[in-house]
Amino acid sequence: MKRILAVAALAALLMAASAQAQTKVKIGVLSDMSSLYSDIGGAGSVAAAKLAIADFTAGNKDVQVDLVSADHQNKPDVGSSIANQWFDVDNVDLIVDTPNSGVALAVSEIARHKNKLFVVSGAAASDLTGPKCNANTIHWTYDTWMLANGTGKALVKTGGDTWFFLTSDYAFGHALERDTAAAVEASGGKVLGKVRHPLNTNDFSSFLLQAQSSKAKIIGLANAGGDTINAIKQGAEFGITKSGQKFAGLLVFASDVVALGLPTAQGLTLTETWYWDANDSNRAWTKRWQVERPGKFPTMVQAGVYSGVTHYLKAAAALKSVADGKATVAKMKEMPTDDALFGKGTIRADGRKIHDAYLYEVKTPAESKHPGDIYTLRATIPAAEAFRPLKEGSCPLVSG
Amino acid sequence: MQRAAKSLAPSATRSRSEAIAFIIMLVALIITPLLTYPVFLMKALCFALFACAFNLLVGYVGLLSFGHALFFGWAGYACAHLAKVGTISLPYLTFMPRLSWQWLVIQLPSLFQHPEFAILGATIFATALGLIVGTLAIRRQGIYFSMITLALAQMMYFFAVQAPFTHGEDGIQAVPRGKLFGLFDLAEQRNMYITVLLIFLGCFLLIRRIINSPFGEVLKAIRENETRAISLGYKTDRYKLLAFVLSATFAGIAGATKALVFQLASLTDVDWPMSGEVILMTLVGGLGTLFGPVAGAFFMVTLENYLTTMGQWVFVVQGVIFVVCVMLFRHGFIGEIARLLRVKL
Amino acid sequence: MFEVLGIPSQALFGQLLIGLINGSFYALLSLGLAVIFGMLNIINFSHGAQYMLGAFTAFFLLQYGGLGYWWALVLAPVLVGTLGIVIERLFLRWLYQLDHLYGLLLTFGLALIIEGTFRNFFGSSGLPYSVPSELTGGRDLGFMFLPNYRAWVVLFSLAVCLTTWFIIERTKLGSYLRAATENPALVRAFGINVPRMITLTYGFGVALAALAGVMAAPIYNVSPQMGANLIIVVFAVVVIGGMGSIMGAIVTGFGLGVIEGLTKVFFPEASNTVIFIIMAVVLLIRPAGLFGRRA
Repeated sequence: MKRILAVAALAALLMAASAQAQTKVKIGVLSDMSSLYSDIGGAGSVAAAKLAIADFTAGNKDVQVDLVSADHQNKPDVGSSIANQWFDVDNVDLIVDTPNSGVALAVSEIARHKNKLFVVSGAAASDLTGPKCNANTIHWTYDTWMLANGTGKALVKTGGDTWFFLTSDYAFGHALERDTAAAVEASGGKVLGKVRHPLNTNDFSSFLLQAQSSKAKIIGLANAGGDTINAIKQGAEFGITKSGQKFAGLLVFASDVVALGLPTAQGLTLTETWYWDANDSNRAWTKRWQVERPGKFPTMVQAGVYSGVTHYLKAAAALKSVADGKATVAKMKEMPTDDALFGKGTIRADGRKIHDAYLYEVKTPAESKHPGDIYTLRATIPAAEAFRPLKEGSCPLVSG
Repeated sequence: MQRAAKSLAPSATRSRSEAIAFIIMLVALIITPLLTYPVFLMKALCFALFACAFNLLVGYVGLLSFGHALFFGWAGYACAHLAKVGTISLPYLTFMPRLSWQWLVIQLPSLFQHPEFAILGATIFATALGLIVGTLAIRRQGIYFSMITLALAQMMYFFAVQAPFTHGEDGIQAVPRGKLFGLFDLAEQRNMYITVLLIFLGCFLLIRRIINSPFGEVLKAIRENETRAISLGYKTDRYKLLAFVLSATFAGIAGATKALVFQLASLTDVDWPMSGEVILMTLVGGLGTLFGPVAGAFFMVTLENYLTTMGQWVFVVQGVIFVVCVMLFRHGFIGEIARLLRVKL
Repeated sequence: MFEVLGIPSQALFGQLLIGLINGSFYALLSLGLAVIFGMLNIINFSHGAQYMLGAFTAFFLLQYGGLGYWWALVLAPVLVGTLGIVIERLFLRWLYQLDHLYGLLLTFGLALIIEGTFRNFFGSSGLPYSVPSELTGGRDLGFMFLPNYRAWVVLFSLAVCLTTWFIIERTKLGSYLRAATENPALVRAFGINVPRMITLTYGFGVALAALAGVMAAPIYNVSPQMGANLIIVVFAVVVIGGMGSIMGAIVTGFGLGVIEGLTKVFFPEASNTVIFIIMAVVLLIRPAGLFGRRA
């Protein structure tokens, strides 16, 4: 009897203690829900965030998490309006995802200004850990430097040493082309030529013709979204891959490959940091994710949201308060990362999350054994080499 | 263009109804920032000014421009660039080593590194653009005019994508608001709001003055029956061009102010859906009425705020509103009220 | 093999041919617009959305009906054309007595609805649609590899354009149509059912757009935005050609396709804007358009 009372008293005391020590956290998933990147991030990112929260709070009852989400429609002004409103009025502590570098740069600045937190999973701009880095932003999953170097170096090593670039004629395309060309030449390859096409081009036939006549082994696609898809589709039509040339997609996601279909996309090489079918752990997680998103397969961006939110919650539990964005980021950089999807890793001083990268080649239809089976692993790029060296980023947090 | 509601009341009553409406609007704009998020209100005010500028052209001259985002967005870019970088860049074509664009960059002295000069510079830029586009577009009437404005705006959109100073998809970011006249720090929301409010009210009253002047009367005459106006001896092309340039100027002021409010100038503001939005705002509010565009702008901005969770349904909702307004609700919200009460608004 | 301004002649002829292929899409689409405007005085802003509907219908027919490209070529224009007729009956016919700009605003609103709805259900990645097996592969012409499908596109659109022109300009039905737009009351007095002719004409114009969509599906990305990107260029083409003229739309469409193709070779960054620049120039010199009849 006495023992029961004692245990009950202890339990009550503990519950009272934990109720007082409840850390409240509000997370906002700001993504593209409706246009270009909706399959890459979008509702799938929200599903990933929900899984992260469920997994974490199952083992940690002292953290209470609220989740909101919104669509930035790929527009920097819509994104910054939402971010401002969330931080000022709705008490959101962390914003996560944002595919689209323009939006990400804007939100990063707002997070710094208001001392909140921003974990970017979707955007590619390597400037986020470069000249535009700040103490409130962490860049997860991937960036343009990693893509350029991963694909460039790895392809040259496996024999693709002559390149021709098909570049989208604006800042992003130029940057991607420049970084990849540098990586190719540093590894001993040669750039035979390039052609710049306007953004959102429907018809690539004349550009592909020029690529064909260059006789380069690799045609590098320094563009994204619809342009990449159109180029690859029309490349198949013109028999480019049949004559021995290969496409290298510098910004291609699993969802793009599925949209193209394996007959068109086969042989395409690309770099990603996470693939759902790579190991059992990923497959198990994907099954759970697919409960909310039936018929679809998660991309590395969505996996990055899960990983980032998990690590954030760990830091929040350790600090017991997330009011100070900078302090939370510092804690996240201090703690090594470990989760079911990306395994062990670290976050550097410039806000860059480090993990391995993988060079994949799209399977032929014959090689694909089940839906979603789209990649063959061609090479693994270890974490130490995959991302831009800390010294070269010109991040004020590092050199300052 | 559909005839605006004919006023059945003498002009004294007309001014009185307008004055009452103005006071209501003024009071509302002073009280609401204490109740709602001021950034949201500033956004609505910028769009209200944009819609008023557009209404000047479509409601009173009868010219439907499908490319007004050109002035709005490019003035935004100019203002952001002047506020952040403080240089003027002029493009020129070279043939060496191959056909390409080059830029001549002139650094402005620090005396001019103030928000009011940024807005002024952007406005001048918008006026110049209005002159060029207007000269080309006025050559055709009616639907051709609309298509030409659309095509020219689209051409400038592509230019905005590629020009280095606009930073393409990223846009010009982290634009400093600066100190107005060197005294008022606009980073404080209250100061910024007062500035935006004053700009809006000033331009609004100026537009009203233009509409109710002899010049405005000629414009209305041109809308009603251009041939007759010509036969009466008016050089209608000049009037139309002047109206176009004025409309572009005010649209430019709206765009420049918006760039400072959001501290951001992006491709969204020069893209053709933006032109579509301002048409919708004016249509919903009431073409050819003074307060219609203001009401329409506030309505649309509020609606979009609530629809951010709905993704692409925003477009569908906008489309439905378009169809409903054109089929059933041609005079717009304020227009219908004005007809009901038989006053001029 | 000779060189023109640094470009080998092989590449040049290749680009000319490609320009012709693009031009056939411009021609088909501007033909639809010209028919609708010339006959009805309506600017069909939803033309791009209807083009997209044609492509999607082809996709659905294949996906859910097992009906391939050749079926789609016939069925999609009929289905989308019927939708056009419904639109005309429900909405457009009430706007004829008003200012033309209301028709433009209405079709603009419809375009937003159609595209927004499809974007919501289909995202933006696009859907796969392959070239029909009879037309895959191609022949090596020496200066370029010409896919068979592209050759088919040029020939077929040329045939459709010329047939349409012939019907409107040289047959009795076409003369009724032209008379009906000039003086509907008089034509009605002759016992001809003018409203029905107008409805059918709109349906036909829309069907042309859908046909262009089906032809585009195998080679361009089938996505909800495919029409929005294209329609503004087509507007410029129509302004240059002069909107009253059917032959003008056809000739300008093919011609501008070729010019754009050449620009892609010599000055690729401007290939987006060259058509608009030409439009500005034509407006300065000949405001009615190259073939326009009305000022």
